[in-house]
Amino acid sequence: MSKPKLMLGNEAIARGLMESGCVMATSYPGTPASEILAAFAAFEKKSSEKRHIQWAVNEKIAFEIAYTGSMAGLRTAVSMKQVGLNVASDPLMSSAYLGVKGGFVVISADDPGPHSSQTEQDSRLMAMMAKIPVLDPDSPRQAKEMIAAAFELSETFEIPVMLRPTTRVCHARQDVTLGETLPFKREVDFQKDPTRWAATPKFRLHLHQELEKKLSDISRYKKTGPIRLNAEAKALKALIVSGVAAAHSKEILKDLNLWDVIPMYQVLQPFPLHQDFVSHMIKTYSEILVIEETTGVIEMQLADRHRIRGKLTRSVPMVGELLPETIQQIIGEFAEIGTEPVHLPSEPGIRPTLCAGCPHRAAFFAIKKAAPKGIYPSDIGCYTLGLNLGAVDTVLCMGAAVSQAAGLYHAYKHENKQPDIVATIGDSTFFHAGVPALIDAVVQKVRFVLVILDNQTTAMTGNQPTPAMGMGACGESLDVVDIEGVVEGCGVEFCRVGDPYQLKEFTALLKEAVTYSRENGPAVVISRHPCLIDRFRKEISEWQPIKVEVTDTCDGCAFCIDHFECPALILNKAEEHVSIDPILCNGCGVCMNICPKKSIKEVSNAG
Amino acid sequence: MLDDSSIKQQIVISGVGGQGVLFVTRLLAEAAIMKGISVFTSETHGMAQRGGTVLSHLKVGNFSSPLIRPRNANGLLALKADSFTRHGYFLKPGAWIVANSREDVMVGPELSAYTIAAEILAQHILNPKSVNLILLGFALAAIPETHENDLFCTLEDIKTVLHHRLAKQKQMLNDALKALEAGFKSVK
Repeated sequence: MSKPKLMLGNEAIARGLMESGCVMATSYPGTPASEILAAFAAFEKKSSEKRHIQWAVNEKIAFEIAYTGSMAGLRTAVSMKQVGLNVASDPLMSSAYLGVKGGFVVISADDPGPHSSQTEQDSRLMAMMAKIPVLDPDSPRQAKEMIAAAFELSETFEIPVMLRPTTRVCHARQDVTLGETLPFKREVDFQKDPTRWAATPKFRLHLHQELEKKLSDISRYKKTGPIRLNAEAKALKALIVSGVAAAHSKEILKDLNLWDVIPMYQVLQPFPLHQDFVSHMIKTYSEILVIEETTGVIEMQLADRHRIRGKLTRSVPMVGELLPETIQQIIGEFAEIGTEPVHLPSEPGIRPTLCAGCPHRAAFFAIKKAAPKGIYPSDIGCYTLGLNLGAVDTVLCMGAAVSQAAGLYHAYKHENKQPDIVATIGDSTFFHAGVPALIDAVVQKVRFVLVILDNQTTAMTGNQPTPAMGMGACGESLDVVDIEGVVEGCGVEFCRVGDPYQLKEFTALLKEAVTYSRENGPAVVISRHPCLIDRFRKEISEWQPIKVEVTDTCDGCAFCIDHFECPALILNKAEEHVSIDPILCNGCGVCMNICPKKSIKEVSNAG
Repeated sequence: MLDDSSIKQQIVISGVGGQGVLFVTRLLAEAAIMKGISVFTSETHGMAQRGGTVLSHLKVGNFSSPLIRPRNANGLLALKADSFTRHGYFLKPGAWIVANSREDVMVGPELSAYTIAAEILAQHILNPKSVNLILLGFALAAIPETHENDLFCTLEDIKTVLHHRLAKQKQMLNDALKALEAGFKSVK
């Protein structure tokens, strides 16, 4: 047996895919799922076999590619974050009816908290809605094991299977023992069967009946059944736990000396819940507490509501992450032992901010100059942090900046006065879901400026490539689709490129765009400067920073702090002076053009 | 030889995005694995990494949960001085705090605090981004061996992990070792 390796949950999932013979994996990056595909690509590099591994333009496309691979007989997987599954929900619902050939695993990573997401939605509800089974891992180790179980389940019943890890699985590290990799098999064979793969509504009814039959069988499938964790415990009250809540509960039950008292069952497959398990629980116990994240999916499937405690009875909070201290409190109350409540300090942490030298900061500053009274719809990415600069007014979901700009325009267009609208969207987000919205805006002559913040990467999630970069998930060379071409192809007549580091010129360009948009319709400005923390880029490592200093003429007016909020600018209120943090400063030099008193200057090399 | 099966340590590591909280967490976790002890860590990713508060939980020994509960941690490694007021609630009586701070950290009698002005030392060794390793080196020396919550690993363990991790990046390895040593030696 090999020595255990320290693995991130997402790496363990990728390792599980590798060991299970997955030969096609696709994804669109999103926290907390991003590292799955990158880790799979890293494993692929060490092997001699040929797989298909790709970052797709969005989750729907990622899903459809991987799903179709399974139709052709291959073991395939698609990974995304929970809101990505919303984007892929169309093929998800339909694929459940059609079923699969090769094993197909949908990995949808949830983010209770939320730590880095716009919702706390529970992907298990999506599995329920689609009528596919879902597995709920409690740790990196279990996530890896569940990948193997998921492929087997998927092939046994010809159905897509979901793995639903949460942030605390994806971003936990644990010692994981590597297993044997199945002999490599890539036997592709697409069998034509139009009544199935191209089923019309009439056949869909039949497929729906088949799907219900599969679900009923899966609820009796032994291999994914619940586990009784502590056989000695004999109380008439029992606990049902799953996912990370199970991991916390195991430890808490031991620490509270309840391990040998309260029977605890871990559900591995929250949907469909095993039928004999439901009967057993209801028959055996007088009171049952269900602890799960984030919605009461297991709870809802337990009949006899009088005995069930959980989210629906408000015994467990409906919102937020179930932290172990919360679970301790809940179990303590359920067991009727006094537990001391924990009072957490309410002091907030330091808010996130755009990096020092981030080109987005300069772009936002320019936008506020060009349209000071404008409305600023924005989108999902690092640049959501333009909030701190007062340059982001709305954030809804991927691609919505463009359609929200349209919504605002249409809302105001019959008024006497129309506000300027300047929307911001990242390059990757533009490709993801901004393009159809831009076509709509062109057709509708929406008068707004779209600033595409092109830092030539998917920055927030760890610098994955975009379609404009010509690079694949394994570093292979691919074809390029450039943003200008897409914008012009959508029918936009004003499409110009600028570098936000050239603040004066860039602001002038934005003003021109604003003026154009007031009369004519959509104007697009591509704000192009590479992300400073993109370690894959040669230009960044060769970047020559400008060394700046604050001269004595600074009177501590804090204009730069309030309007540019670069973390490298430090205000000393007592001394009425701003200084530059030499560790944080990346030398973009933009602040020299921000200071109204011209007190920030380049350090001269002459002296 | 330690009786590894009995080791159970929970350590909170905090700082802000970009300081290398995750790197330190990983070194400690790999040191545990090297010594044959199970380990669990929990990390902050995504938006919070952009300069926001970053918190790692490190649990060495036989645990099933990736998170540390309040009043359960044996120690707090604070890369930012103000972390104690924010994360001190994790500590149990008898726990240690090792903080990067120019001033002493005021704590109650049930805790012991050790501070080092790691930023100044980092400038001194011409490696301003090595605060994390200086603090780790300092912690390995500062927490007395007699302390009931003594660290599970030694300076040598961390050096071995670094040699392994940075085997192909000689310059980075030398810089890292230098920072670690500088912190270790600065215990008075």
